[in-house]
Amino acid sequence: MQNSNSSSTGSKKSWILVCGAGFVLIAAVLSICLGAVSISLPQLWKSLLSGPDNTAAARILWYSRLPRTAASLLAGAGLAVSGAVIQKVLANNLASPGIIGVNAGAGLAVAACCAFGTFAAWAIAGASFLGAMVATFLVVIVARKSSASRTTVVLGGVAVTACLSAVTETIITMVPDAALASVDFRVGGFSAVNHSRLLPAAILIIAGIVVVLTLTNELDVLSLGDDTARALGLRVSHMRNGMLTLAALLAGASVSFAGILGFVGLIVPHMARRIIGSESGKLIPFCALLGAGFVTVCDLAARLIFAPYELPTGILMSFLGGPFFIWLLLKRKDKRP
Amino acid sequence: MISISDLHASYEGTEIIHGISAVFPTGKISVIMGPNGCGKSTTLRSLVHMVPEMSGTVALDGQNLAALTPQELAKRIAYLPQSRNVPDITVERLVIHGRFPYLNYPRRYRKEDWEKVGQALEWVGLSDLRKRKMENLSGGQRQKAYLAMALAQDTEVILMDEPTTFLDIKNQFEMLDRSKVLANEGKTVIMILHDFEAILHYADHVILMKDGNTLTSGSAEEVLRSLEVRKAFGVKPCFFETEDGLHCYVRP
Repeated sequence: MQNSNSSSTGSKKSWILVCGAGFVLIAAVLSICLGAVSISLPQLWKSLLSGPDNTAAARILWYSRLPRTAASLLAGAGLAVSGAVIQKVLANNLASPGIIGVNAGAGLAVAACCAFGTFAAWAIAGASFLGAMVATFLVVIVARKSSASRTTVVLGGVAVTACLSAVTETIITMVPDAALASVDFRVGGFSAVNHSRLLPAAILIIAGIVVVLTLTNELDVLSLGDDTARALGLRVSHMRNGMLTLAALLAGASVSFAGILGFVGLIVPHMARRIIGSESGKLIPFCALLGAGFVTVCDLAARLIFAPYELPTGILMSFLGGPFFIWLLLKRKDKRP
Repeated sequence: MISISDLHASYEGTEIIHGISAVFPTGKISVIMGPNGCGKSTTLRSLVHMVPEMSGTVALDGQNLAALTPQELAKRIAYLPQSRNVPDITVERLVIHGRFPYLNYPRRYRKEDWEKVGQALEWVGLSDLRKRKMENLSGGQRQKAYLAMALAQDTEVILMDEPTTFLDIKNQFEMLDRSKVLANEGKTVIMILHDFEAILHYADHVILMKDGNTLTSGSAEEVLRSLEVRKAFGVKPCFFETEDGLHCYVRP
């Protein structure tokens, strides 16, 4: 009986994963086909086979819709998995990539880049990735120096974020052009995505997610608490710092081409947990699927709501994310202090 | 048998344990007792090398445990800390993590690991609740689930820091009865307890601590009848016999 229970629960969760994959597929096809100019399914098929030939539909597909859709899928998956890892590692459901300094680090690096007059897309992408990683290393170093407990990581993150944001604001105040140039990045969106900007980040995101998928049992053991995890033979500090670095890599790579997309790393893991539960073996792949689909749908909506004008995707997400966050806080009040 | 010799342990530069030596015999329940803050939990954590600043020797059957990696140590000694998270996972998923030390990267639990889980859940009587979420269990059931995880870890030694805390009286007895069975099956059980009557009834060997030192050790009756207990706690244990055997209550 236990085996049949176990297998029925397992197959139910497998079905949820299949549905998630279906959602991603539908979102991706819609994102490719819909926009200021619609591409029909036969046109899509023909253009895919023919490559970027001279028809308008093929050029739109290969140079605009495919990179943009790939970008939204990758950014959604990367940020959602990053958020799920951070929430697990810090045992804090309100944590997100921003808490380990990713957004502040990337924001500062991009502002500095623009202040120095470097506006090239590749430079902004590289700077934001490096900024995110350096900020996270600062947080991890602060945490290591003070025992790497979960609380010190969060507090270290708050402190580092505050310092970096102050520097960013100073730069923006001193060099107003930097504010204008970095506004797209700070709001977040996919309108400026192209192949060359996307490719390095795509490799990092895919590799990062694959590595996280091999560490799902470690994630679950870590969430049992430091003492229990140590008693099970896990090197807790090493694993926590390693997972945070991996999360920073995922979020940093996503932010490098998508800008700061607030709330994806927070709300998608929550949605995923409600649907498929907290066990990392299923949660992480489902987060990747849900994040990819969710961001792609949001980007699609941002393109269509006021077509032919576009809303930045980050703004639309914050509209959705803000109320969700408030609902989450109100709901938590009933459960735990 | 676990032996510790000249154990010193500190937190943030302040020495908590001042060079204690003790022996915990195989197949017995050993209890560490003493007033709050005397270093009982630190001593227990030292056995699994969880105190960063410690010196001295901890040996299991003559082998120095400092030479083992955390993973190897976890195959020899299971440790149930006093405060534990209530993870948002099912009982069986918690228990399978007892098999974590037996796998290498990328860790994937095997059929034999799930068999150990089945046996452990059966042993603690939680087979029917294996699919239940941990957060939906009572305190006693959660304690049993963690005990099942320690059993799945399949170690010679089990350390328990105040395993009866927060349990109602029936669950306290059940926990202690199960610990007794484990000891009878040959496991070395070391726990921290406060209840004198429970110590008298269940402990085979008792170590009394105060201010980071051992005051005395021996059988439960020897230790509880010693003057050191009065010194350590400032209370007077009183004994009386019934048909069940010797009992103890405490007067101020």
